[in-house]
Amino acid sequence: MASTAITAGTEPVFHLEEEHAHAEGGSTMLGFWLYLMSDCLIFAMLFAAYGVLGGNYAAGPAPKDLFDLDLVAVNTAMLLFSSITYGFAMLTMDKGRVAATQAWLAVTGLFGLAFLSIELYEFSHMIHEGATPQRSAFLSSFFTLVGTHGLHVTFGIVWLVTLMTQVARFGLIEANRRRLMCLSMFWHFLDVVWIGVFTFVYLMGMLR
Amino acid sequence: MPDTLTRFIFGRLTLESLPLHEPIVVATFIAVALGGIALLGVITYFKLWTYLWREWFTSVDHKKIGIMYMVLGLVMLLRGFSDAIMMRLQQAIAFNGSEGYLNSHHYDQIFTAHGVIMIFFVAMPFVTGLMNFVVPLQIGARDVSFPFLNNFSFWMTVGGAILVMASLFVGEFARTGWLAYPPLSGIGYSPDVGVDYYIWALQVAGVGTTLSGINLICTIIKMRAPGMTMMRMPVFTWTSLCTNVLIVASFPVLTAVLAMLSLDRYVGTNFFTNDFGGNPMMYVNLIWIWGHPEVYILILPLFGVFSEVTSTFSGKRLFGYTSMVYATVVITILSYLVWLHHFFTMGSGASVNSFFGITTMIISIPTGAKIFNWLFTMYRGRIRFELPMMWTVAFMLTFTVGGMTGVLLAVPPADFVLHNSLFLIAHFHNVIIGGVLFGLFAGIAYWWPKAFGFKLDPFWGKVSFWCWVVGFWFAFMPLYVLGLMGVTRRMRVFDDPSLQIWFVIAAFGAVLIAFGIAAFLIQIFVSIRRREALADPTGDPWDGRTLEWSTSSPPPAYNFAFMPVIRDNDAWFDMKQAGYVRPLAGFKPIHMPRNTGTGMILAAFSVALGFGMIWYIWWLAALSFVCLIATAIGHTFNYNRDFHISAAEVTRTEEARTTLLAVRG
Repeated sequence: MASTAITAGTEPVFHLEEEHAHAEGGSTMLGFWLYLMSDCLIFAMLFAAYGVLGGNYAAGPAPKDLFDLDLVAVNTAMLLFSSITYGFAMLTMDKGRVAATQAWLAVTGLFGLAFLSIELYEFSHMIHEGATPQRSAFLSSFFTLVGTHGLHVTFGIVWLVTLMTQVARFGLIEANRRRLMCLSMFWHFLDVVWIGVFTFVYLMGMLR
Repeated sequence: MPDTLTRFIFGRLTLESLPLHEPIVVATFIAVALGGIALLGVITYFKLWTYLWREWFTSVDHKKIGIMYMVLGLVMLLRGFSDAIMMRLQQAIAFNGSEGYLNSHHYDQIFTAHGVIMIFFVAMPFVTGLMNFVVPLQIGARDVSFPFLNNFSFWMTVGGAILVMASLFVGEFARTGWLAYPPLSGIGYSPDVGVDYYIWALQVAGVGTTLSGINLICTIIKMRAPGMTMMRMPVFTWTSLCTNVLIVASFPVLTAVLAMLSLDRYVGTNFFTNDFGGNPMMYVNLIWIWGHPEVYILILPLFGVFSEVTSTFSGKRLFGYTSMVYATVVITILSYLVWLHHFFTMGSGASVNSFFGITTMIISIPTGAKIFNWLFTMYRGRIRFELPMMWTVAFMLTFTVGGMTGVLLAVPPADFVLHNSLFLIAHFHNVIIGGVLFGLFAGIAYWWPKAFGFKLDPFWGKVSFWCWVVGFWFAFMPLYVLGLMGVTRRMRVFDDPSLQIWFVIAAFGAVLIAFGIAAFLIQIFVSIRRREALADPTGDPWDGRTLEWSTSSPPPAYNFAFMPVIRDNDAWFDMKQAGYVRPLAGFKPIHMPRNTGTGMILAAFSVALGFGMIWYIWWLAALSFVCLIATAIGHTFNYNRDFHISAAEVTRTEEARTTLLAVRG
């Protein structure tokens, strides 16, 4: 009840005369975090499915027969580099340098494309060898987990191009900075998920 | 036209897909079509299209979106209840060699549709609608954090409902039960469109639900008025917060598991198949990891409603506010630790079953604490038995019985006997009707005057109340008996004639509930007719305690002319006690979000995408997907999303209220 005992004698205050409006987009970062966590749960389910089904080869190929760790290492490097270059884009954005930001974003996108190309090459190679998603529960969960990540990267690139267009047209205005921050979180999030995929699917797969 | 071209254009949709051989469906279609044409005619005749489009469909106002959610829930309640009463009738007459009046193909769709509709398109829209309308008002906010997203979420829920309704007349719905367990729901055993309708309806609606969950969490965390600390939030806001946390932390699980089921069906993967290493029980585990939190998503906000109602109508501060908050949070956490009790019979062994049996029993402790808090709030209160309070008392009596049968089912050996029996059906209807539905009726009666400026007619409300409560007991107590005798769920015909009397009693209860629904509709109609006599110009008809009662009824678009400052729990009660005087001058322009039709367009493309996928009309699916992405991107190029309500307009609105209050005074 302490709160009602506002110092005796003064009039109680029931409302603000002057309000500093809730800063526009003040909830965006929290909201985007929550979205990322919900997305993270989708990946958690796919990891869980892989954990349960990952050993069910159904007399088909196993990770050792399929995975080419050198290729996956190159692929991982592509994605990690793209995260670093996105970081550089954010640094230049803070300094308000439009051209440099755009350049780093473009580099990020190219690394992302390289990652996707290598992944698609890996997939087509596996399918060519008869290791299709239909072949066994292991391959179903493998393709779904890795493919869902790849789909996210694809959307990330579409989003990146959209934002580059918007920065080109409207500059580094407040709304665009906020959007670049969101994509930044998204991009790094995909990086973290990929670390999980690399460790849990590829490295541990080779140890099985 | 060559066959391949027809298949390209229409996929697997043919004239045979229309259920013209089912007279019941044809008659329903004719009735719905005539009703629909009449409705469209009336809207056109009174030239309401522009009004509906401008003021409602494109609105980003949380109050209007909340009301639209409630309308959706009510419409779908009628559909879900039609399924229920058809089942009751079938089971009451299918004895002594009679096949009843429903063939198995139709009957199996009915019990599936009943469950899906009641959970996803009745309970969820009602609960979301209530939270949408009330929460921003209770925390002194002008809108939710993301107003456009709110409108989009609503239309996605509508999109899912449209797909379910379409399955009634174009093709068929799933025949698998409401959770569509594989391998039955796999392509091998369900090659038709039914399960695909199920999947796409839930996926489209699920996007809406998840986004609205994120939206309301942000709103509660970020938009509270100054002075409203977490422990000064009204209990309804607290329970809403916990519910939305549950939504965000569980609906993605549903999305993922349904996506895996779709891959099994469309691509031929082996997640849940019987061969090639698939594991159907993984589906059952995953879907209940969503499913159990889901039941708390439904009930928690209603616990909030009961808290508000009990406190208001007992004229007392809520007993044990802090313990109420902690009980809610504990339930939120525990709801993730009990999912396996839905399938003790899976055979995971004594230790696993014991763990989940014990966690399930533990959940009854915080729930019991809540019941005692409500009772102690009533103790020595000046109780006014108005409609919301009547629903609350009925809830306490009914829900406690349902809770006790739940604890009984939590004992694994007992569950082995009762698993999938009508005892289980009676149990969860006991808590969902006795808890969620009674709570919704309490909430609707309580906040209706806030939404529309007049109270609901008490006479028809009481008729509805007694029909519902008595009807519920008649409809479900026989099912407990039948369940104990070993009758399993989802049966279409029966051999043992001694069971029939119980089904006849249950059908009688369902008829009483039908009267209850009719009386509720009459109540709304009569109240609108008598709105002058029932009007409440004060904005505070119940002598309320929380902030929503400080505004006019209905509240202005901006909710609060000045940002309120909160000094205590029960903020409005505190303001009344401390001699609050409504400010009459000095109004300033108010910053508000602009309406937009994008949400509705995106949802329309999603429905087209779902329809294309269901019927294998690949061009339609691809086209609508491209349009969906293009529209979403196009929308981000619109930076001009808000405007100011001028100080003059705020002054005009507030002066109108002053006049209204003076006339009454």
